[in-house]
Amino acid sequence: MKKTLVATLILAGTLGVALSAHAADTRARFMAANCSYCHGPDGKSRGAIPNLAGLEPGYFVEQMKAFRDGSRPATVMKKHAAGYTDAEFEAMAKYFASIK
Amino acid sequence: MALNRRDFLKTSFGAAGLAATAGLAGCATMQTGTGPKVVVVGAGFGGATFSRYLKMWAPNANVTLIEPNAKFTSCPFSNTVLAGINNLDDITLPYDNLKQTVDKFVPDTVTAIDTTKQTVTTAGGHTFAYDKLVLAGGIELLYDKVQGYDAEAQKTVMHAWKAGPQTATLRKQLEAMPDGGTFVMSVPMAPYRCPPGPYERACMVASYFKRAKPRSKIIILDGNPDIASKKGLFVAAWTKHFGYGTDNSMIDYRGNNQPRAVDATKMTVSTEFDDVKGDVINVVPPMRAAKVCGLAGVRDGSNGNWCTIDYRTFESKVVKNVHILGDSALTNFPKSGSVANNTGKMCAYALSEQFAGRQFDPSPVVTNTCYSGTGMGTAFHVATVFRWDEAKQSMVPPKDANGVSSAESEMEWAYMESWAKNVWADTLGLPESYNFTTKG
Repeated sequence: MKKTLVATLILAGTLGVALSAHAADTRARFMAANCSYCHGPDGKSRGAIPNLAGLEPGYFVEQMKAFRDGSRPATVMKKHAAGYTDAEFEAMAKYFASIK
Repeated sequence: MALNRRDFLKTSFGAAGLAATAGLAGCATMQTGTGPKVVVVGAGFGGATFSRYLKMWAPNANVTLIEPNAKFTSCPFSNTVLAGINNLDDITLPYDNLKQTVDKFVPDTVTAIDTTKQTVTTAGGHTFAYDKLVLAGGIELLYDKVQGYDAEAQKTVMHAWKAGPQTATLRKQLEAMPDGGTFVMSVPMAPYRCPPGPYERACMVASYFKRAKPRSKIIILDGNPDIASKKGLFVAAWTKHFGYGTDNSMIDYRGNNQPRAVDATKMTVSTEFDDVKGDVINVVPPMRAAKVCGLAGVRDGSNGNWCTIDYRTFESKVVKNVHILGDSALTNFPKSGSVANNTGKMCAYALSEQFAGRQFDPSPVVTNTCYSGTGMGTAFHVATVFRWDEAKQSMVPPKDANGVSSAESEMEWAYMESWAKNVWADTLGLPESYNFTTKG
């Protein structure tokens, strides 16, 4: 079993250079997934909580900043928005915009 | 690359075996895992979410998910069953979609774990080898810490702290209780599963009493010195709806009152101070990390009750290649469904990066959003983002990234109901067409 893992890691290691371009994307994908326990898998919501899938990226970033500075009134979103950087807003926006 | 991977997985599942023999090993779109063997114990919010997301982010991982229950029953929202808002069926959901996602779904109970040989053995006599073991077994309740809470007493006294038959039985007991009766309930010492849960339970049961048997009383015996979660909001809700603080309060809250003994014949709960009699008694015993954590020898923290983990990977600090999710872990996070779901993703992300030969994310992020309902058509929340803090070597909320509602609201009750459906769908992979029967 351990051999399988080691082999996998070695194989992956040789692809490391090619894969490194992906690294930022996988982090954005993970952070976007953090949203989905409220906003639904891939940002497709059931019920009163808004959808995130397919939102225009500029709008997403603008709203997150507005939640954070309090200019858009919110319930939970003021706290969530305060937990991420502007660069992370943009990465998540790009991810959600890509979902059909 | 226009092919949507999830759609591909749906259509290719039946042909997965064929694909494997056709030599597609390593192809990112295949279902069957020929890569690292990952054994997951427990298909609750942590284990189910982890399994689903690992198969999305590292499709070549070979995921075996072991779960004894035939269906998923949600602890969050189970207090609505006590209120009579929902039935147990409404919060019970299928594993069908999850079963199609993992390589192997094993309906069995784990009886032995060998962390040297890296194997897991089940009651059914099967042994599974692992490269990575993920323990998401929730909690173990310690009945023997409460005198008299033996097998016989357990027939009458429910904890209802693991949703399922216990929840349905407690609801029946409340329905059978006469108007003017007393419901005695307890709150365990922190840390425990679902910090606001007991106080929400008091609200939900009080809302039922207010509608159906308004002369009844609720006595809360809290082992903690004071209300341990969302205090201001619960006190406000009790005051507004249930006369708390007046001579005619439906709720009698008693801090520093840990149940030491139960007597199911006399129907009493004893604290250090007195014996409290009830018509229905509901005692949640002390708890610790799930039994499987004991089998793996990873209950290293908090006097051997909970499991310390590395925040970047959720790997045990004492046993290599064993990862612990959700309520069993000793972290700064509350033991909530949202956190279990989110730690499942954090771990899936860390392992998928590792399997791909990349570095761990040096700055993990885990969030919590937890709603509590009043039973009176309103709810309120606590929400927190936890991030790695290099100076503190821990995960803590950045400035302003932690807080509660300013007041209960109808809007948040609608959000709470929406949250439940979304977290269930996210955890179990329920399709968009899934017909939830939950009433909010």
